[in-house]
Amino acid sequence: MSGPNTQYDPVEVAALDPAAIDRAVEDALAQIAAATTLDQLKAARTAHQGEKSPLALANREIGALPPSAKAEAGKRVGQARGRVGHALRERQEELEAERDARILVEETVDLTVRVPRRPLGARHPVSLVSERVEDIFVAMGWEIAEGPEIEAEWLNFDALNIAADHPARQEQDTFFVDPPGSGLVLRTHTSPVQVRTMLERRPPIYVLCPGKVFRTDDLDATHTPVFHQFEGLVVDEGITMAHLKGTLDAFVQRLFGAGVETRLRPNYFPFTEPSAEIDCRCWVCGGSGTLGGVRCRTCGGTGWIELGGSGMVNQRVLRAAGVDPGRYTGFAFGLGIERSLMLRHNVADMHDIVEGDVRFSRQFGMEI
Amino acid sequence: MHAPVSWLRELADVPADATGADVAAALVRVGLEEEGLHGGDVRGPLVVGRVLEATDEPQRNGKVIRWCSVDVGQNGQMLTEGRHQEIVCGAHNFAVGDLVVCVLPGGVLPGGFEIGARKTYGHLSNGMICSARELGLGDDHEGIIVLQELLGGQATVDLKPGDDAIALLGLGDEVVEVNVTPDRGYCLSLRGIAREYALSTGVAFRDPADLSVRTGEGTRVAEPPVGAQSPVRPYAVHLRDQAPLAGRAGCDRYIARVVRGVDVGAASPAWMQKRLTQVGMRPISLAVDVTNYVMMLLGQPLHAFDLDTLSGSVGTRRARPGERLTTLDGVERRLDPEDLLVVDGSDTPLAVAGVMGGASSEVSASTTNLLIEAAHFDPVSVARSARRHRLSTEASRRFERGVDPDVTAAAAQLAVDLLVGLGGGTADGVTDVDHRVPREPVDFDTQLPTRYVGLEYPRDEVVTTLRAIGCEVGGDGRVVSVLPPSWRPDLLDGPDLVEEVARVRGYDQIPSAVPPGLAGAGLTHGQRVRRLVATTLAQQGLVEVLTYPFVGPELFDRLGYPADDPRRRTVRLGNPLSEEAPLMRTSVLDTLVEALRRNVARGTRDCALYELGLVVAPREEQPAAPVPGIDDRPDDETLRLVLHAVPPQPRHVAFAATGDAEAGGPWGAARPVDAADAVAWARGVARALGLDLVVSAADRAPWHPGRCARLALADGTTVGHAGELHPKVTAALELPARTVAGELDVDVLVAATGSPVHARPLSTYPPAHTDVALVVPEEVPAAAVEAALREGAGGSLESVVLFDLYRGDQVPAAHRSLAYRLTFRADDRTMTTDEVSALRDRAVAAAARATGAVQR
Repeated sequence: MSGPNTQYDPVEVAALDPAAIDRAVEDALAQIAAATTLDQLKAARTAHQGEKSPLALANREIGALPPSAKAEAGKRVGQARGRVGHALRERQEELEAERDARILVEETVDLTVRVPRRPLGARHPVSLVSERVEDIFVAMGWEIAEGPEIEAEWLNFDALNIAADHPARQEQDTFFVDPPGSGLVLRTHTSPVQVRTMLERRPPIYVLCPGKVFRTDDLDATHTPVFHQFEGLVVDEGITMAHLKGTLDAFVQRLFGAGVETRLRPNYFPFTEPSAEIDCRCWVCGGSGTLGGVRCRTCGGTGWIELGGSGMVNQRVLRAAGVDPGRYTGFAFGLGIERSLMLRHNVADMHDIVEGDVRFSRQFGMEI
Repeated sequence: MHAPVSWLRELADVPADATGADVAAALVRVGLEEEGLHGGDVRGPLVVGRVLEATDEPQRNGKVIRWCSVDVGQNGQMLTEGRHQEIVCGAHNFAVGDLVVCVLPGGVLPGGFEIGARKTYGHLSNGMICSARELGLGDDHEGIIVLQELLGGQATVDLKPGDDAIALLGLGDEVVEVNVTPDRGYCLSLRGIAREYALSTGVAFRDPADLSVRTGEGTRVAEPPVGAQSPVRPYAVHLRDQAPLAGRAGCDRYIARVVRGVDVGAASPAWMQKRLTQVGMRPISLAVDVTNYVMMLLGQPLHAFDLDTLSGSVGTRRARPGERLTTLDGVERRLDPEDLLVVDGSDTPLAVAGVMGGASSEVSASTTNLLIEAAHFDPVSVARSARRHRLSTEASRRFERGVDPDVTAAAAQLAVDLLVGLGGGTADGVTDVDHRVPREPVDFDTQLPTRYVGLEYPRDEVVTTLRAIGCEVGGDGRVVSVLPPSWRPDLLDGPDLVEEVARVRGYDQIPSAVPPGLAGAGLTHGQRVRRLVATTLAQQGLVEVLTYPFVGPELFDRLGYPADDPRRRTVRLGNPLSEEAPLMRTSVLDTLVEALRRNVARGTRDCALYELGLVVAPREEQPAAPVPGIDDRPDDETLRLVLHAVPPQPRHVAFAATGDAEAGGPWGAARPVDAADAVAWARGVARALGLDLVVSAADRAPWHPGRCARLALADGTTVGHAGELHPKVTAALELPARTVAGELDVDVLVAATGSPVHARPLSTYPPAHTDVALVVPEEVPAAAVEAALREGAGGSLESVVLFDLYRGDQVPAAHRSLAYRLTFRADDRTMTTDEVSALRDRAVAAAARATGAVQR
């Protein structure tokens, strides 16, 4: 801040010459416009706005002027400084914008390069189908019941009205636990869980029993000795086969698609009477048996897909579990999870499901 | 069971235009599942031909072909070229003049095999002379069919060249194959299937058992007098049973019929052979074919003995300990005292009753006199013998499922009639020993079908249906008395009869109605935990698999388990899939490692797997499970014993990984998976459940002793272990070196969670950080230092983070320096530097006391 100019030197006052000021502004504007980098602009700023710049010097001289000249000189210098300052700011903004744009271009990364840092894993589709099925029944108000895989023979067979010498018992291809007479088997279905449920609690019972089961089949394209089932059990007053059909219809529509319906066919199972085989209208060909003029591969041209067995809980089973058949009736059904998976997802070979190859599970992700 | 439609037509009024598919559909409606539809796929021209010329022409490949000219009547080349059919044939079992079967160009053989004129061996062959196999008539492919041999001279007298051979050989016949469920033993016969067809379609049924039966002179005679055998007197039968099963006699009806002077070597007639072939049996000889034919028609297994090998009478008894019998299949069988035997007058075993005959009384080429047995054996006795001797025969399958005890006499009579008619024998008298207990009628509430099915069934319909299936129905009220027919031993109670009523109206009539349901409690805590455990591992990069839980005993050695490791105690299967894997796994890792090995072998070098599943942890003393009756709920003590006999089966989750945890590439180097990953996955699982696992060093097989972490709850309960597998284990299991793995008890995690977390209020005051570097001996685990720091620092410590670990010149040998950042925060104020320093000093002092740590 300069004080009053007491030693006025008229020579120096030349700095306030209007022509000189104009020249200084011209010089400044030219240098600012010529600056192509922020560094060059910084040099221009120092040269034309710095303490030793002509306009700064001129400004300093104003104080030395006589009051009459101060106003005009001040205005002239102020305007000149204003023009230069404006040009600097504009150019600064332009150059910064250019720099920012350039940096963004320079920082470009090819994101199409797949960087598999830590890939996500996957659930097994058998688990996913099982959980989906569980959710369908839970949504209907059912509960999920479970039990052991090594099971008491009585619960796996006798209590289900499969007597020791009945041919049905031989048809189950059972794994027996040593020593003979242990009274234990690997469960051949999840029906013992139904019995356990009836033994543990009173009706009304609405449970789904999913789980691993065992049969002494050899592994081939459509069979596996260790597979998964889900069985449903309802015991309540006034339960009929119509309720069985209604439940199955609701289920297949939620798993396989709207409009799919079931068909019951007479069959035999010791634990149900009357018993029924469950067929489901083929959702691929809509039940016509043909697809684009050729035989539908999903249903084999029959228009129907076999899903499993069902029926009204045999009153002998109810009695063995301590349920009064005079008061309660119930229905039960059983379906295979692997089979549902193969049908719903076009899995051609059981080997892929059971061999534990990660490539199989990875196809499905975590929701099915 | 195979049912030829043409045979069925003799027993039921099958509409003339009904196809095999129609018949199958009708059977499906009443519960006989269609297994297949055979035959009926041959298309003409397929005609009778007479061989006019046959020239043998040796070929360069060593074969000799026959260049034939065959008269096929007004067909084929006769129509187009005015000459006889010219055909190349590879067989030589025929002569000029023989009648053969020719398929001409345009014809189609079974399997859709279309025939055209074709150049072969230098000739244009206009069709083919057929073998039995090519026509689907059997396995014979040794030569072509010569009709005079196949059908007999008599039957071919009137045949002319050009006659249609499709009708002649019954090739237009369709055969419906149905699956017969164990309750429908009577459907293992044409009689039963025809009855079901009639029931399904409403057409008339003609019972083939309804024939003129000679009544037995010994009918309802308990023990006819033994001895005094004259050719016309009935044969003596003595039924004994020293050890009835469940109080039921092993045999409650036995009919013996003698036929003398039969030419047993004679071939059975072509019609019978054809039918046997159609139902899947091989024609053998007249005696055998007749018994099989009658069994297929009526469902009654019969046995033919060579009468002259028997000593005077026939009967039954249980086997004696150590007794042996060589059965017809040539196997010497060690009999069990529960086996019911057929024996002769000198007590010599002749057969395992209802299962298989013995070799000594087998009908041979020299047999002329036959004893025909038609008996009704106890299903349970036959079932046990068949199972015991692993001998499931056509007879045993029928007896196990229940044979109609009223058809016995008719079956015996039909067999005798056929043997006399076809084999030229004479029949003796009849012995019919009948000890059957009359069946009791069932009281049946006619409203039960409505109650069970949810569809209105009027009383009249119920009664009419029951009568239609052969029941006798008595009474006028709502509850009627029902006596099921003799061929339905499966109809025992109300619901059995409900099914009959429902299936005759049709299951397709049943409406669809969703049951009321409950409010529902959703998934249990345990079920939700398991889903979360599975999802968390998948989100950490592991892939779920499901393995078979079977292992071999040497696996436990390969895993390096000590001799007394409780994980060696397991359950053994009596009939494992493979003798190499007869045991149930005691860890999920047991079987997961094999899945890992397979993935690596298939080229998945970087692989991380997990599995959730049950394992077995048997009690030291594993009692056998009782098998109570089922008439009532077992008493509480029996039920407790049943449940207690089932070994505990905790649910575990295991994981295993090999290769890179993070792949290498243009972005940087790969990072191989290591033991810390295994620990981190386990901690991740616990954290997802809101738990922090306490990690400590452990030495446990199958892990590397220096790279194994025990994972525990805060209260010390072990959750599991994780780390790197022992090098010897990876070598023994053929896994890549440095494979890592872990196993957690999910049940422990479930039990430790589930109560609500109590949230703490968050302090909004700024945190204060301070760093400490502590020098500790190598063997001091970082977790111990951290725990001591936490304890010493007190309640305002927010976190402890290890940010550096140093070994080298700056610290003494066998020591390392651990550098921690401690973060403090108070709930109610900004902490001062002095406060923080004081707390840090207390933390360091605590670490020094607990671990010997020295601040650097």
